[in-house]
Amino acid sequence: MGEAIVITSGKGGVGKTTTSANIGTALALAGKRVCLVDTDIGLRNLDVVMGLENRIIYDLVDVVQERCKLHQALVKDKRFDDHLYLLPAAQTSDKTAVKPNQMKKLVEELKQDFDYIVIDCPAGIEQGYQNAVAGADTAIVVTTPEISAVRDADRIIGLLEKEEIEPPKLIINRIRNHMMKNGDMLDVDEIVSHLSIDLIGIVADDDSVIKASNEGEPIALDGNSKSGIAYRNIARRILGESIPLQSLDEENKGVFSKIKKFFGVR
Amino acid sequence: MKGQKQQFVTIKGTKDGLTLHLDDQCSYLELVTELSDKLSLHYTQEDGPLLAVRLKVGNRFLTKNQEEELRTMIRSKKNLIVDTIDSNVITKDEALELKRQSEIVSVSKMVRSGQVLKVEGDLLLIGDVNPGGTVMAGGNIFVLGSLRGIAHAGYHGNREAVIAASVMKPTQLRISDIMNRAPDNLVEEQTEMECAYVDENETIVIDRLQHLTHLRPNLTRLEGGI
Repeated sequence: MGEAIVITSGKGGVGKTTTSANIGTALALAGKRVCLVDTDIGLRNLDVVMGLENRIIYDLVDVVQERCKLHQALVKDKRFDDHLYLLPAAQTSDKTAVKPNQMKKLVEELKQDFDYIVIDCPAGIEQGYQNAVAGADTAIVVTTPEISAVRDADRIIGLLEKEEIEPPKLIINRIRNHMMKNGDMLDVDEIVSHLSIDLIGIVADDDSVIKASNEGEPIALDGNSKSGIAYRNIARRILGESIPLQSLDEENKGVFSKIKKFFGVR
Repeated sequence: MKGQKQQFVTIKGTKDGLTLHLDDQCSYLELVTELSDKLSLHYTQEDGPLLAVRLKVGNRFLTKNQEEELRTMIRSKKNLIVDTIDSNVITKDEALELKRQSEIVSVSKMVRSGQVLKVEGDLLLIGDVNPGGTVMAGGNIFVLGSLRGIAHAGYHGNREAVIAASVMKPTQLRISDIMNRAPDNLVEEQTEMECAYVDENETIVIDRLQHLTHLRPNLTRLEGGI
């Protein structure tokens, strides 16, 4: 019996889809059977980020409306040797084409076959959100260090508390270290104390994430990049390992910063 | 005949005015009849100033209609006017209402953006109020965490209500019908607990928590309840 994780944020453009793709990828790399579910019906992106767009034959709405079997709609990602599948959203319908109870049934069915179901939630708190959350066992809230994103995350956490799921976990995405240091951006501790939920990972703002997404190769495939490691760490934390947060500082340091690091000054 | 009968209505004059003690064992009808008789018999003085009367009805429960009947009866007879009606009993509903208005409701949760927490009495919130969240109370509001959203104390119109928080960084404060918003320019971090109250100029003032002892001595309630 698998676990269904919904990736949500409230605000758009904070990196839900990228996070979903990378967590799914990292979990698959860790040897788990993962199914990514895109619930952003009408504005699907997850297939593009995963580079699977051209293999879609059936989609989520087809499954729900019983035009095809569930396994027919699943798109297999060949890179992961039977470990990663994608259930794409429909592009021609809209969010009202699916009901929360149908979604719930669908996720229950997927849980029989997979270890993890990663559900990519659309922005907003309307029907699309309701659908995405319906089948989930746990939630991950993605935010960026911007006040508007943190506000919306707060709202979403409030809504998630009403659902019968475990307390959500937090990912802070797109951190720009120099701005945080200057105090121009909310810092990690501030956001965590404000939202008062557990932090499961931080991801730095990184050009290579965008490049990788454009190429349809999730950054988590690259074990050398900082963001790739960040996503892999998040996956390992989901699997129950305890891993310290990544240091945000750049690598090439002088003697002074090494001393500071030695004394634990960040 | 009246002499032998037990008196249901006793009239007493005190230095504050007249007090009518109404028996609480007889039937309401008997009471009304006797009261009517008594008022016609005594006090024939006319054109005097209005005299306030207090009714003490003991353990009798008067409905709103009965109260009104007594008031009009007394008013119509003489130059008397009913000041207060004092009864030892209230209905269960009224008692529960009173309890709700005077009790301290403790709630342990985060009030997040878009959420509204509303109580009748005083609110003791064990947690934070985040921006976009609202807490409302018929009485006072005490926040053990940080208050960053909107707090509305005394929303039924109680200007004596206060708002206290460990970290006072609200977007808006409202006490009764008076409103106050945060200054646009951020002030530096305060570490002390603070409270907000309505001062004599009818504006909301934020001050050190310790000042409340003098400003609102009624906040000390050693016993709960009514």
